[in-house]
Amino acid sequence: MALVLRKLSVHYGSEAAVSDVDLSVADGEVVALLGPSGCGKSTLLRAVAGLERPASGAVCWDDTDLAGVSVHRRGFGLVFQDGQLFPHRTVEANVAFGLRMNGTARASRSRRVDQLLRLVGLAGYQKRSVTELSGGEQQRVALARALAPRPRLLLLDEPLSALDRTMREQLAVDLAALLRETGTTALVVTHDHDEAFTLADRVAVMRTGRVHQVGPPDEVWRRPADDQVAGFLGCTTFVPATVDSGMASSALGDVAIADAVDGEVLLGLRANALRLDPNGSVTGEVVQRLHRRDHARLLVRIDGQPALVEAISPVAGAPGPGDWIRLALDPNGVALVGPRGDRLSTGT
Amino acid sequence: MSPLALVGLLPLVFLGLFFAWPVASIVGLGLTSTSRPGSAVLDVLTDSETLRLVGFTLGQAAAATVIAVLAGMPLAFVLARCKLPGIGLLRVAVVVPFVLPTVVVGLAFRVLMPAGGVAPIVLANAFFNIAVVARTVGGLWAHTDRRGEEAARALGASRWRAFVSVVLPAIAPAILSAAAVAFLFCATSFGVVLMLGGGQYRTLETEIYLRTVELFDLPGAAALSMLQVTTVVAVLIIGAVTRRRKETALGMRRHREIARRPVGGEWVVVGVASAVVVALTVPVVSLVARSLSNGFAGYVALAGHGDQATLQVSGLDAVWNSVRAASDATVLAMLLGVLSAVVLSQLSRSGALIGEVFDLALMLPLGVSAVTLGFGYLVALGSLPLDLRASPLLVPFAQALVITPLVVRTVLPVLRAVDERLRQAAGTLGAGRLRVWREIDLGLAGRALVAAAGFGYVVALGEFGATSFLARPDAPTLPVVIATLIARPGELNNDMAYAACVVLMLVTVAAVAAIEGFRASSVGEF
Repeated sequence: MALVLRKLSVHYGSEAAVSDVDLSVADGEVVALLGPSGCGKSTLLRAVAGLERPASGAVCWDDTDLAGVSVHRRGFGLVFQDGQLFPHRTVEANVAFGLRMNGTARASRSRRVDQLLRLVGLAGYQKRSVTELSGGEQQRVALARALAPRPRLLLLDEPLSALDRTMREQLAVDLAALLRETGTTALVVTHDHDEAFTLADRVAVMRTGRVHQVGPPDEVWRRPADDQVAGFLGCTTFVPATVDSGMASSALGDVAIADAVDGEVLLGLRANALRLDPNGSVTGEVVQRLHRRDHARLLVRIDGQPALVEAISPVAGAPGPGDWIRLALDPNGVALVGPRGDRLSTGT
Repeated sequence: MSPLALVGLLPLVFLGLFFAWPVASIVGLGLTSTSRPGSAVLDVLTDSETLRLVGFTLGQAAAATVIAVLAGMPLAFVLARCKLPGIGLLRVAVVVPFVLPTVVVGLAFRVLMPAGGVAPIVLANAFFNIAVVARTVGGLWAHTDRRGEEAARALGASRWRAFVSVVLPAIAPAILSAAAVAFLFCATSFGVVLMLGGGQYRTLETEIYLRTVELFDLPGAAALSMLQVTTVVAVLIIGAVTRRRKETALGMRRHREIARRPVGGEWVVVGVASAVVVALTVPVVSLVARSLSNGFAGYVALAGHGDQATLQVSGLDAVWNSVRAASDATVLAMLLGVLSAVVLSQLSRSGALIGEVFDLALMLPLGVSAVTLGFGYLVALGSLPLDLRASPLLVPFAQALVITPLVVRTVLPVLRAVDERLRQAAGTLGAGRLRVWREIDLGLAGRALVAAAGFGYVVALGEFGATSFLARPDAPTLPVVIATLIARPGELNNDMAYAACVVLMLVTVAAVAAIEGFRASSVGEF
């Protein structure tokens, strides 16, 4: 394991921002720290970079404790949310900064800068002033600057969240390809699950300073460790169910769940879990209808449910407020909430 | 923290030795010099003449401050919000009066209003401080979000109403801070009052000088100095509080609003601002005209010693003395000022009270009158085994104290504005602490440093209050020579004085123009 965090805690005054976190990142792996704002994920990243002093626990690299190693000797690259490019230097000088610090010769410096600017899609930008660049371009330069000295580990703190949506989606795909291509070991902090799932080999979900779950994106998505993780990952309705030979039965209908142990479980339903279905086993009254790009979203009152539940229907012939409809569960929108007993996954 | 404390100690030691101790000596002298300790202070404080003196000092300062604020506001608006041709020139033109030597301004107003009286004193003091108001208020105004105003307009407020209810509260901290600084400058102004008021209109500042130099009433002068120091400290504390509010306000709004072409009623403001600029140039032009009234006689005579050898040295030697003293003072002030600014920027990041106190201590020389300082040197340094009073270093030391606050005020806002994460980014890229400081702090503050050095140099060149006390008769600076020449009879002496003023003014204008070219940040205060 390249990076290993052991029982790491970071305090701000008397307040614990990060508590007892155990986490590891393998060589060449990209791990995303995913959590709502204020959960301590950025603090954790800063502690890895050496910018925060841990209250207890250790940050280790290849089994060496980094406690006595100061920021500039760790060989970790860091990309901030808003780039933090040096405003008094050109694009070229920004990217070359780390190379100058490690004493790279001028000629190979400029070759490496050219190479990286090509890599991030900004070939020919060398002499530009960084203050003239757009947000997306600035972030690309920040990435090139961090990658230039070939860091052992790349730390990305909400690298895309200052950008608008189109730019963010584009850059997320580019960034994921770039990290794979360069074989970079990286730790990414984000509050956006799309971003985390696009970039990461494994996702660590954080809440109030603790890591609640670590796993590959699809596993975290389908089997959240508890209702809070499930809630953060988009589950709005929770319903108890009984599993019997791969079939979960609940008050909101039945759904196929592969590899589940028989017994009592908790299902987490996302917005697309309930679909309009004339053969559905559940009936309810539509309270409100909202149109989305490719479907209609319904808020439905169902007898026995404490709150309104969400359901989706095709746009054509979507029922309106006051209509009574029948609903069925779609396995794609259902997550199995709870600690992992054995190898489980939902649906097909 | 400990290397930081060590670095911070150096300016403090200097400040203690060459500022606090002389000023404390004055206080001591005032309290103990007569048989009944403190009686001199009581006598002076209960004298009805003193009351009149204080009244006139504060009154003229208040009047000049009001004029400076009223005239400075339209300029601040134009500098902050208007996109017009020649705005760069305006920026230079506005700041020139602030750094013009007091002696020069005094003489200029004497030419302009030969009848004398209170009006020229008030106007000359206002003339200096319009720049303070325009730059300080303009700086914050340029960073004030225009959308607040636009929201008020959309809600039905007239342009004026939107200004009063939205813009004015937003820039009020800067106005208060500028007014406090301007008031302080006006209340402790020396050269101008001495030149224009003579023995007739006296402020605390000139009275201290006259009692010391002409009446040899040291206890009386010391008592008045005490009174002045107390007042100044009070005003400074108020200023520090408002400045604090202003800097937090600046922190919230990083982005400079884009200036645009004025529309509608804004042209009226532009017109008023233009009138102010024209008014600012009137004294300068009349001074140049007066210097040329006898052809170039005055300029030619600068090579000599004046009518009937008024001067112990030639005018050219005085120029050389000025240049040397100002250079030494600038080097010293940059050393002290930059060290202090670095320490202050670090302290303010950790939000310590000690930072506030240090900040205030550094501003004290700005407010405590140069005359008190010069007088304090004479009193305090006489008691050292090595008599420094005859040392040629004394003048640069005093000048350095006067300009160090300027250096701090120019450099500190830039250092404070450096995002901590820029330093961290440099750190993760492999730069150690010292390297980060060199590459990031110094790199970003470089232009501010050049500006600070330039302004410091210009102000040192024109410094009159402390220098007039401390310069030896055989090594006077140019402002001292001007004051000597104008005080003596003789047409040639007058011509020489005016010519010397123009020379000093040209140097100042050239320096300011050069600095403005270098200036990067608009966050600085002066």
